[in-house]
Amino acid sequence: MSEIALEIKDLHVYYGSIHALKGISLVVPKGQIVTLIGANGAGKTTTLSAVAGLVRVQKGKVIFEGQDITNKPPHLVNRLGIALVPEGRRIFPNLTVYENLLMGAYNRKDKDGIKEDLEWIFQLFPRLKERLKQLGGTLSGGEQQMLAISRALMSRPRLLMMDEPSLGLAPILVSEVFEVIQKINREGTTILLIEQNALGALKVAHYGYVLETGTIVLEGPAQELLNNELVKKAYLGIA
Amino acid sequence: MTFFLQNFFNGIMLGGLYALIAVGYSMVYGILRLINFAHGDVMMMGVYFAYYSAVVFSLNPILSFTVAVLGAAALGFLIDRVAYKPLRKAPRISALITAIGVSFFLENLAVVIFGAIPKSFLDVFKDKSILEKTITVADARIPLLTFLVIIVTFAMFSVLFFVVYKTKIGMAMRAIAADIPTTSLMGVNVDNVIGFTFALGSALAAAGGIMWAMRFPNVHPYMGFVPGLKAFIAAVFGGIGSISGAVLGGILLGMIEIFLAAYFPSVMGYRDAFAFIILITVLLVKPSGLLGKKAIEKV
Ligand SMILES: Nc1ncnc2c1ncn2[C@@H]1O[C@H](COP(=O)(O)OP(=O)(O)O)[C@@H](O)[C@H]1O
Ligand SMILES: [Mg+2]
Repeated sequence: MSEIALEIKDLHVYYGSIHALKGISLVVPKGQIVTLIGANGAGKTTTLSAVAGLVRVQKGKVIFEGQDITNKPPHLVNRLGIALVPEGRRIFPNLTVYENLLMGAYNRKDKDGIKEDLEWIFQLFPRLKERLKQLGGTLSGGEQQMLAISRALMSRPRLLMMDEPSLGLAPILVSEVFEVIQKINREGTTILLIEQNALGALKVAHYGYVLETGTIVLEGPAQELLNNELVKKAYLGIA
Repeated sequence: MTFFLQNFFNGIMLGGLYALIAVGYSMVYGILRLINFAHGDVMMMGVYFAYYSAVVFSLNPILSFTVAVLGAAALGFLIDRVAYKPLRKAPRISALITAIGVSFFLENLAVVIFGAIPKSFLDVFKDKSILEKTITVADARIPLLTFLVIIVTFAMFSVLFFVVYKTKIGMAMRAIAADIPTTSLMGVNVDNVIGFTFALGSALAAAGGIMWAMRFPNVHPYMGFVPGLKAFIAAVFGGIGSISGAVLGGILLGMIEIFLAAYFPSVMGYRDAFAFIILITVLLVKPSGLLGKKAIEKV
């Protein structure tokens, strides 16, 4: 099954006595954008954290390109080709913008490739180029989000996971972020996108899953979900 | 003027040594929010490594120094691996208590291996005439050794700042100080970088300790206590967690001690108390220290 990038099978995660993920399963096919939508507290961040190795999986499996990566430590997951744009951006405030980008490329030795990718990122986000020497903590929210996405791209991931990249951004920036997500995908990167902004996410995604309190309650091609009555009512605000 | 210059050089030397030791406290605190009580004892072990390399194994001074500094680095790395790493996710107080345990362990280990009877570090100098040599600066006669210590100290600071601000692992150290989970998401093996930080801090402390022993040659298993405590105060004074703060705090503390003792000889007997007065004042007036950013957390 070489066309599957990521497969999650019957995943369970607990925080102490809180059962945050109650056996979720999903598939991210290679080359696609798959989105996981759901309300606050549904378990979206926990799902990405479990794949990335940041929280312990109690039961179930995470399979990346056919390899079982369940409970691998985060730095090894990253080296296999998975990058995460974390919730809240998590820019290193005390490092310069340039250093933040280099952190993304930490395990790469191909100097020329890193240079090429930097050029590509400056095309995607020209603003970052002007701010290279500034400390990460001095950027605006929108700039930090661009930096967080760029930093993740610097590892040249085959799977890019993004946790609510549009959160807290001005409306113009929100559409810019969704455009960039499509651009990155067209260049060949598989994307698992988490959003509370269901409309924006479903518009760019190929396939979607709906998560409610730790359980997947609905799935389908993004176009179908956009027209689904439950989704319309609960997530798109259309009565 | 002569008197001032003599004290000035003494102050820079003593302060530089405090600073060398203080950096290790500050780096570890910056990353793990851990006060590594064993730091002064790692320094003590470094001094013994140097003593044995030079006196027992008759290595030349530069080689002895190198062996001791590398040995202390390895020891610091090992202490983190064995004692602190298993406690990374435990409550902070567990690591703190463990640090006190490691301190006792090293002191007792030193008694067992090296013996409790003090040794004189002056034994490492085959040619004792070097101790008498002086350089004259505007009428003030400054011991050659003082100059050497100051030069080596500042060379080590240059290496430190180069590593922290110009190398990849230094960048990872700074990233970890801000955000450990996110650093691990970048593919960085965080435990290795933390281990490296311990090694670097321990190497600097050993270098500082060896030079301290040239000045105060009494080598014994508890010799890490006073310089360790002073360096810790210097780190808090400068802003614990900040490397430049540790350097600044150390140098200022050394200067203040020397100059107060020089110009107010009647209070000489209370010299060690100055450090505590400074500590208490800093904690009251600016708890984050001279260059520190955040308020210090309660431990
Ligand atoms: N570190 C944590 N400790 C305890 N509970 C947590 C922790 N992180 C998340 N939770 C709980 O797990 C559930 C899922 O959270 P999360 O994955 O962050 O949801 P989402 O990203 O969809 O908003 C919530 O009930 C939340 O309160
Ligand atoms: Mg979340």
